[in-house]
Amino acid sequence: MTSGNPWAIEAQGLTKLFGPRPALLGVDLRVPRGAFLSVFGPNGAGKSTLIRSLATIMRPTAGKVMLEGLDAARHGGEVRRLLGVVTHQTLLYPDLTAQENLEFYARMYDVPRRRERIAYLADLVGLEGRLDQVVGTLSRGLQQRVALARALLHDPPILLLDEPETGLDPQAQGMLGDLLRRVDGQERTVVMATHSLERGLELGDRLAILVRGRLAYESTKEALNLEALRSTYRHLAAAGE
Amino acid sequence: MEKGLTVRDRFGGASLLTGLNLAMMVAALYLALLWAPTEAEQGNVQRIFYFHVPLAWVSFLAFFVVFVGSLIYLWRRSRWWDALAHASAEIGVVFTTLVLVTGSIWARPIWGVWWTWDPRLTTTTIMWLIYLAYLLVRSYATESSQGARFAAVLGIVGFIDVPLVALAIVWWRTLHPGPIIPQGGVDPSMLFVLFFSLATFTLFYVLLMMGRVRLRLAQDRLEELKYQRMQGD
Amino acid sequence: MRGFWGKALAIAWKDILAEARTKDMVLSMLVFSILVIIVFNFAFESSAEQTAQVAPGVLWVTFTFAGVLGMNRSFVQEKDRGCLEGLMLCPLDRGVIYTGKMLGNFIFMLLVEVIVLPVFSILFNLPLFAPRLVLITVLATLAFSTAGTLFAAIAVNTRARDFMLPILFIPVVVPVIIAAVQASGLALAPGPGEGYWSWLQLIVVFVVIFLAVSFLVFEYVLEE
Repeated sequence: MTSGNPWAIEAQGLTKLFGPRPALLGVDLRVPRGAFLSVFGPNGAGKSTLIRSLATIMRPTAGKVMLEGLDAARHGGEVRRLLGVVTHQTLLYPDLTAQENLEFYARMYDVPRRRERIAYLADLVGLEGRLDQVVGTLSRGLQQRVALARALLHDPPILLLDEPETGLDPQAQGMLGDLLRRVDGQERTVVMATHSLERGLELGDRLAILVRGRLAYESTKEALNLEALRSTYRHLAAAGE
Repeated sequence: MEKGLTVRDRFGGASLLTGLNLAMMVAALYLALLWAPTEAEQGNVQRIFYFHVPLAWVSFLAFFVVFVGSLIYLWRRSRWWDALAHASAEIGVVFTTLVLVTGSIWARPIWGVWWTWDPRLTTTTIMWLIYLAYLLVRSYATESSQGARFAAVLGIVGFIDVPLVALAIVWWRTLHPGPIIPQGGVDPSMLFVLFFSLATFTLFYVLLMMGRVRLRLAQDRLEELKYQRMQGD
Repeated sequence: MRGFWGKALAIAWKDILAEARTKDMVLSMLVFSILVIIVFNFAFESSAEQTAQVAPGVLWVTFTFAGVLGMNRSFVQEKDRGCLEGLMLCPLDRGVIYTGKMLGNFIFMLLVEVIVLPVFSILFNLPLFAPRLVLITVLATLAFSTAGTLFAAIAVNTRARDFMLPILFIPVVVPVIIAAVQASGLALAPGPGEGYWSWLQLIVVFVVIFLAVSFLVFEYVLEE
């Protein structure tokens, strides 16, 4: 990995147009290594587009994404090894067991000693005894745990989360928060898109607000005036809809 | 706005060409219907040949342009090349339809049937279907740049596929020989009319392309303006 | 290169594993194939020698439409829980994803054909176990999978994912359909079957072209 560069994620002038509609418009974003950035925004603000562009599965119309100093457009393969992604979809095959799903993806990521790694992660996310169950029959909360294990298989230095709590009950949400915090313990850079101000503030140490595809606000948690932020957010969210 | 997205046409000064083409059309009609000698075996029906062949030529030309436009679009991602491929596919489909119609009209008195699975006719029909799919995949895409990508893939695959289709159909038909167009010696004045007509239709294609590409870019621009208006920017 | 095939096979294998559990795709393709054959039987209600003439046609119409059904399903399953995105997130060459899905489709279609061919031969009283018929069936099925996988990936991403695939797929595979019908007819007919190998070559050329082109363009199909 590049040593001199303090930024895990850099986006420059990131723009994505869907027809005439810009989902992202000239977003410049820098996330230092080890930070946890929460990205807020109302529905349709471009959060998912941002995460998908950073995750290299969406090709931006203009601008570029650098991950650990590597240009994502040119070093797709290497960049993808750096990324773990959890979205509101599980990315799991519902007809395979958790174990089979994880083994499949571990193979795709060339994970060495797959079984041990999977056993370790299953323990970490609290899946003991559920690995041999078909994913489609697991509860939403358990599925999301498998999805998190999937994202961590190759021990990626960067985690991208797109509304990871969608469809989870409050208990499972708390669980996910704990997991992310623990995962956060090991020098991992996290970007989480969420529409919940509370959860984002609780977990993140930096935050950014997206409104209509533009970065409207960015700050670290310490420098933050919470009341000002709340009112700004409500104001912007109302304007965005 | 970005360069290349502006409506100010990259095809200025079309009106002079339009006038010229109009004159050529009238001349081509005169040459084909009155001036050219009547064919000995087929009689006046054969005169449709002066329209049928140029239409077919323009169709192939149009689909070749789709192929080139699609390749360059995937490589450079410029909206102009996509507009070019799209316009050419639309015109190609219209001209291919006309090829099928004129072919059918010609077949009726000569072969006694409106339709026959002649290799050329059959290949043309399959080609027509491939490019109809090209237009359909565009209209059923979830958004315009996705449609452009999918269409470009079909524009490339389809063009490579057409020779295979032709080959398969020719082999298939040689097993069951169908009617063959009488191939006599062609009178030099007939050739002249054919080439004049070819030039006329090719220029017509170019003019249609210019208009259609310009229209498409203007449509894109209009969408942008509408969107900005809606946003109150 | 070993990594390439290892991963492509793993993609095909997880499709087989999932299919072994649900049997959705193969069962629906099978039932559909048998229905088509039965409907054809009503349409052509005919003497034995006429049957021999239309049999290759009926067989390939059946396989074409059953293939469309199966290949569409195979990508709808990828799309439903975002698994296609999961694959795109992996550090894989797009050609690996194409090859894996193509192999899976190829195997499922072969499986259906292995069952349909005997049923067909019983219902129509035809000797369908000619080695040359088997060869042409395997090759034409491979050709269907090469083109079908590319177009299924396109179709599933459109708003009309249920009917886009046949519209894209059928005109393009016309050469394969013609070659397969003709070669099957020659394989079933008594005698040396002049021309059989030319049809076979045509299919091989189609496979080579479509593998090469799909490898180059699959990336553009998957990206958003």
